[in-house]
Amino acid sequence: MPKNTHDVIVVGAGHNGLTAASYMAKAGLDVVVLEKNDWIGGAAVSRELYPGWKYSNCSYVCSLLRPEIMRDLELYKYGLQIIPYEGSATMMKNGDYYTHYHDHDMTINSIRRHSHKDAEAYERYSRDVLRQCKIIKPLLKMTPPDLTSFKPKDLFGALEFAKHFAAKDELGGLGEKEIYDTIRFYTMSIRDYLEEYFESEITKAHLAGSAIIGTALGPCSPGSAYVLLHHYMGEVDGSVGSWGYARGGMGSITQAMMGCLKDHGGEVKPSSEVTNVITKNGKAIGVATQNGDEYYAKKIVSNLDVKRTFLKITEEKDLPDDFVRSVKNFKIRGSSGKLNIALDGLPDFPCIPEGDPGGGGDMHFTETIEEMEGAYDDWKRGEWSRNPYVDMCIPSKSDPTMAEPGKHYMSVFIQYVPFNLANGGWNEERKQEFGRHIVDCIAEFSPNFKDLINHYEVRTPLELENEVGLTEGNIFQGELTMDQLMFNRPVPGYAQYRTPLKNMYICSSSTHPGGGVMGAPGANAAREVLLDMNVPQKGNYY
Amino acid sequence: MTQDLRYSALKKTPFHSRTSLASRTNKYYNWNGYTVPTEYSTTELEYTAARNGTSVMDLTPMGKYEIIGDHAHQFVDYLVTRDLSKMKDNTVAYIIWCNEDGKVIDDGTIFKFSSTKFMLCCAVKIYNWLNDSAYGFDVTITDVTDTIAALAIQGPTSCSTLKKFGATDLETLKPFEMREYKIDGFDILISRTGFTGDLGYELWTDPKNAETTWDNIEIAGKELKLRPFGMYALEMTRIEAGFIQTNTDFMAAEDSLRPTRMRSPYEIGMGWLVHLNKNSYFVGKKALKKEKEENSTERCLVGLDIDGDKPAHGSVIYNSKKEDIGIVTAALWSPIMKKNIALASLKRPYGIKIKENIFAEIYHPEELEYRKIWARCKVVKRQFFNPERRNKVPADLYE
Repeated sequence: MPKNTHDVIVVGAGHNGLTAASYMAKAGLDVVVLEKNDWIGGAAVSRELYPGWKYSNCSYVCSLLRPEIMRDLELYKYGLQIIPYEGSATMMKNGDYYTHYHDHDMTINSIRRHSHKDAEAYERYSRDVLRQCKIIKPLLKMTPPDLTSFKPKDLFGALEFAKHFAAKDELGGLGEKEIYDTIRFYTMSIRDYLEEYFESEITKAHLAGSAIIGTALGPCSPGSAYVLLHHYMGEVDGSVGSWGYARGGMGSITQAMMGCLKDHGGEVKPSSEVTNVITKNGKAIGVATQNGDEYYAKKIVSNLDVKRTFLKITEEKDLPDDFVRSVKNFKIRGSSGKLNIALDGLPDFPCIPEGDPGGGGDMHFTETIEEMEGAYDDWKRGEWSRNPYVDMCIPSKSDPTMAEPGKHYMSVFIQYVPFNLANGGWNEERKQEFGRHIVDCIAEFSPNFKDLINHYEVRTPLELENEVGLTEGNIFQGELTMDQLMFNRPVPGYAQYRTPLKNMYICSSSTHPGGGVMGAPGANAAREVLLDMNVPQKGNYY
Repeated sequence: MTQDLRYSALKKTPFHSRTSLASRTNKYYNWNGYTVPTEYSTTELEYTAARNGTSVMDLTPMGKYEIIGDHAHQFVDYLVTRDLSKMKDNTVAYIIWCNEDGKVIDDGTIFKFSSTKFMLCCAVKIYNWLNDSAYGFDVTITDVTDTIAALAIQGPTSCSTLKKFGATDLETLKPFEMREYKIDGFDILISRTGFTGDLGYELWTDPKNAETTWDNIEIAGKELKLRPFGMYALEMTRIEAGFIQTNTDFMAAEDSLRPTRMRSPYEIGMGWLVHLNKNSYFVGKKALKKEKEENSTERCLVGLDIDGDKPAHGSVIYNSKKEDIGIVTAALWSPIMKKNIALASLKRPYGIKIKENIFAEIYHPEELEYRKIWARCKVVKRQFFNPERRNKVPADLYE
């Protein structure tokens, strides 16, 4: 038997790879995780690029990570703690502002300042969105059934799936009307959806933000309403739709997962980029890495996105042609950028009164859906948005471990930023120009902002692809539209974490239920691997 | 405006002007005859402050009794079940005390300044009990509840907050030690004690100094994620820490209408505080010795790790034959551990010899209907949460 033989090889030490690896190691398997970078964490990392400041370099907030996973893997024991947000605000050019709070009634009071009708519509809106969240929640943990299959597992799976849409007791009985609502919700644009509730531009703009973050859709694009749901279906301790920070940055999540993995005998090897999957008689038997090492295992689980998995590290000859074509057609378009900023103090945002908890979480300055759509129009032309939608937050306001007291770390997520930049593509100069542009946009709302900057890191989609390995820098590892969700994710016929190549699996965000630091794809994939290996599984997740 | 205490039903603490200003929700409750906030803003965020930054709580209503006199040390050792004969000056000890039948009256902390001066802190009123018990001892007992203002300063950044406030070298203070400081001209006693199971301190000072102290601590903690926290958040943290609450997890012997509700220390997980072999006699010793010798302890108080995410408030606990074996006394979805936990009083051998195959019947309210959940439980250590930083010396600093 060749050396370097394990039960399972996981390719990529991102949060889904580590989740899958930890579950399998907990079940008693010998697992090794191979990571290309010399650090681990994929897009859930905390790195100190400027002395004294920790950045959540890629993903920056947490809500979707399933609590069952945190519980099963005992992530708190390995240092993970989630700190809930206090609120969120949109600043307005006229000096006013719009806020949401942790407390529902405070939010209602705040919306009422802008529209009495909207304040009350918000109750109805919250109920309707929460209802959708309740429908989708149990689906996240399920392996999507193959709707074309007649295997008992798939038939029962399809019934189980359907049950949640027509659930009687859990939701108090969804009627025909609510099922229609669900179908509409999954296919509508966020603008159309919000128009059914709200009249004030600022309310709509504030809410629509969640529908465009990370996607290459605009607020008027059909399907964007679902993206909003994707950002709402998480929770912080039962508070559905709430977001929080991982104490110590997003890297705490993957560090804690690594802690669990190691405690159960697993191993992570950084600086081990997998270059190709080794096959024998049409079966995956191992992988080869950049540095010339070879690893062999009974099962290979890829945490790379579906394009990288099948177009880069697997050879086309080992795969069916139609599968390869579907993978090539998989939509995975970069649309976001990011700035991580080390600040010498807390910037003033005069729009938000001092002490208002609305300023404690995410802040924005897009006032209308039209502005947002305009930002998207720039992206379609291959330009970064001149008037971008930003999701900015200052985690160090809540988290004492990101910078020393009085100093602050600010994370600015920017929508939209193209992967294929028009007129010659990205280079260092244009990257810096983009960074300066964003700093200027923020400075319009914060007079002392520029003076406080010690250092900042600019992230473009190209960078995200090169560094993290996300194709085109798409943060979800594939667009979250109905044609690429559930039994269609990543491609129809292969939504059950197995691939056409025997013994090869995929556990990345390219699979159901999709992107975000959720861990569900990893845990679901681990379940399928364990099933195939006849290893009993236990835990709150399963 | 001063309060006319002759007719006012509930008293205000010396921090009231500050706590009421900090309160965004105007939610108060009655603790020992005082009004103190249950919640200032959002319980979740207040809880987070205690586990992430610094939380500040007005502790003034806690019963505080000064015990002074030549026999103070002997008296205290006679009063409580724990052997305090070797207790050092300037330390604090966790204690329980029982009645003559060996049933627990309350738990609390005892502060030793010298062999002739102690302070006892506890949840219920025991001035009368202390005086009755002091028969034959040369001690004077004074109820100092009103004359000492107290704050709990708890959380990972609490040491840094208090250092900034003026408590020099506080990080060297060990758990259950106390130290006197002079800050802004006032005497302030700081002990490394608390009810959250985390790094934390309690601060004791003259009520005249209360408002200034509150203000200065608030300034000191501004960059250290300080937040005032109310009773709801305290309840969450104490369950995680596995601390018991009198009249919640057990009935105080002096308060129990039904004698069968009284509990011995062994029945509430406090056996470790009973030192039957200590040299001097203590109240309840005979009964406790008998209970131990006859192995007649009926119940136990244990921690439960419960399946699912719905807290088992007040749930009845069953064995696999669906026989009633006990009740949940406190339950919580723990935000930090992402675990569904509870404290439960069980009939032995459940909880001691039988730790698996027990179930909680949870009634989860869902819009005016209850969903009945049959959840599997595992008996675990009652101290669910016990971070390393809690007992670390020197304490963690954020500078």
